[in-house]
Amino acid sequence: MGEESNKKSDPKGKGGEEIAGLKETNTGIRVKLFYDPTDTPRFNYETSLGNPGQYPYTRGIYPSMYRARHWTMRQYAGFATSENTNSRFKFLLNQGQTGLSLALDLPTQLGLDSDDPLAKDDVGRLGAAIDSLKDMEEIFEGIPLGKISTSFTINSTASILLAMYVVTAEKQGVSPDQLRGTIQNDIIKEYIARGTYIFPPEPSIHLIGDTIEYCIKHVPKFNSVSVSGTHICECGATPAQGVAYPFLAGIAYIREVLNRGYPIDEVAPLLSFHLIAGGAQFNFFQDIAKLRSARRLWAKIMKERFNSKSEKSMQLKFSTGGMGSGMTEQQPLNNIARIAFYSLAAALAGTQSMNLPCFDEAYAIPTDEAIRTSLRIQQIIAYEIGIPDVADPLGGSYYIESLTDFFEKEISAEMERIDALGGILRCVEDGSIQKQLARQAYQAQKKFESGERIKVGVNRFRIDEEDRELEVFELDPQTLSRQVGRLQRIKAERHQATVEKALEALKAAAIEKTNLMPYMIDAVRAYATVGEIVSTLKSVYGAAQHLGIF
Amino acid sequence: MPEKRVIRVLIAKPGLDGHDKGAKIVAKGLVDAGMEVIYTGIRQTVDMILRTALQENVAVIGLSILSGTHLSICEELMKKMEKENLRDTLVLVGGIIPQKDVHRLKEIGIAEVFRPGCMLGEIALFIQNRLAKDTG
Repeated sequence: MGEESNKKSDPKGKGGEEIAGLKETNTGIRVKLFYDPTDTPRFNYETSLGNPGQYPYTRGIYPSMYRARHWTMRQYAGFATSENTNSRFKFLLNQGQTGLSLALDLPTQLGLDSDDPLAKDDVGRLGAAIDSLKDMEEIFEGIPLGKISTSFTINSTASILLAMYVVTAEKQGVSPDQLRGTIQNDIIKEYIARGTYIFPPEPSIHLIGDTIEYCIKHVPKFNSVSVSGTHICECGATPAQGVAYPFLAGIAYIREVLNRGYPIDEVAPLLSFHLIAGGAQFNFFQDIAKLRSARRLWAKIMKERFNSKSEKSMQLKFSTGGMGSGMTEQQPLNNIARIAFYSLAAALAGTQSMNLPCFDEAYAIPTDEAIRTSLRIQQIIAYEIGIPDVADPLGGSYYIESLTDFFEKEISAEMERIDALGGILRCVEDGSIQKQLARQAYQAQKKFESGERIKVGVNRFRIDEEDRELEVFELDPQTLSRQVGRLQRIKAERHQATVEKALEALKAAAIEKTNLMPYMIDAVRAYATVGEIVSTLKSVYGAAQHLGIF
Repeated sequence: MPEKRVIRVLIAKPGLDGHDKGAKIVAKGLVDAGMEVIYTGIRQTVDMILRTALQENVAVIGLSILSGTHLSICEELMKKMEKENLRDTLVLVGGIIPQKDVHRLKEIGIAEVFRPGCMLGEIALFIQNRLAKDTG
């Protein structure tokens, strides 16, 4: 990064060449010893930055940033059954958390009911099990949905969970237009990195279009998609790819809805992004600059390519999260320091919401203590050390601005490259993106193994830790039988004919390609299960293929 | 001199979890170490893994498990391998495996458990040494 090294300015001294030359950072990006005004030749305050809250939003999307309101602090949580998750949510709200982030178990994410033979090992393990509306109602029992925002890490079954949330709110007396929160609903990155896809790409994207369209009409304060770069980064993407791919995915979802006749400024404001600050490839200043450049580039894309007139479309809202790949099993308390740096970078980059990894990430899902510690890190940054007082405090730094320009160029170039190859969907369907990320991840592993890339406590500064043992979260072994029992009770109590009628109507709508959301809502209201709804859709859509490539 | 046979390895991703970066890295690493590697792709049942292992006639099965389901998956696999007379196949596990479960996994016949932070070279060396011992 930067065309020339600083050699000229520091020709003297032993090893001057090497010390003053370009140095490759842990991300593979080469940097100079120091930066000066010649590194940002096109810098213009108005067009490059603008004040916070002004186009192109490089400095943040809101004029008063964290003075008006801190980022939303939410830790990803949820396990076992709805009672367990409900009490963990109440614990987190009592600890001062300001939003909820619901983790769902894998069967729920893959559309399998808890009594499915394929689900038996995974029920309630990595998140809460949701089979029917009953589970959703109980998870939010005593939590006023009109006052809290909830983020759902859910993709293939996002439309079903959204329908359940809307009906749960309705039963609490809260109308859909008061609901705030996010469903992840980003299928493209599931094919690339996270693996919870069910249907083939085309109908999956159609379904995402349905949820966005439904939210435009009925749940306007809800982010109907959280397009995610974090998982892609965890899987080997470069920092620029970690923004370029979600941008391309976001544009694919936007186009799906534009094709249905909606104007850009009704669609774009319902998208949010989930980007990485941290993880195995964390570089403090680069992560901050990358997020600033993402804001600037998105604003330009919306304005110049999509002719957006609304600020809300041009303002890139993002949460920062994930980053578990940066956590080490060795000397686990070191992770607390890493988490603090991730969190600080995210705050300096002007994030809207944070969820941090936990120090026991490499052991199991977090204990209460680990999850509270990550929340406390956010609170220390928000309340103790003066970070929220000034918006974009690094703005104007030669290095940061030069990096911001660099990333904007890199992200644009990667987007153009993928478009030239036929677009993001094509590159996901033929596995070329997956192959490239696997190759990059392997190269990173080799650099780690050769010692070229340092991980403190793992390949440097190791200690003998024979006795190391953290207190680790243990899943109650009765979880499966408890959840299956609940499911059986629901099935016995519900009105079977209504369920069947709702599922038939859903199937007919899927064949007709009309918006499925109203049919989803009828089905969940009748206590049709996630598994039943997904099987119904599978009979129309078919199933996605797994690519065993590496 | 006897011809040296190439070691065939099946890298498998059992269960519902789709995070397979680690599985792919290990697969590539073993290829670089001179082995032939087949990767199953995600969401495999134990039966699917066994079928592939038999078809491909592998000497080693490497399971990548990050979701905490290692004990039940490995117990099922080892039981079924016994039935299929696959006792000589080396079974390795890698992923998010708490230290306290390592002993139990070895008890049921898992040859080695590779936990976070381990090096590819360790895995390749372990396989080579163990197979050399078994055949030598």
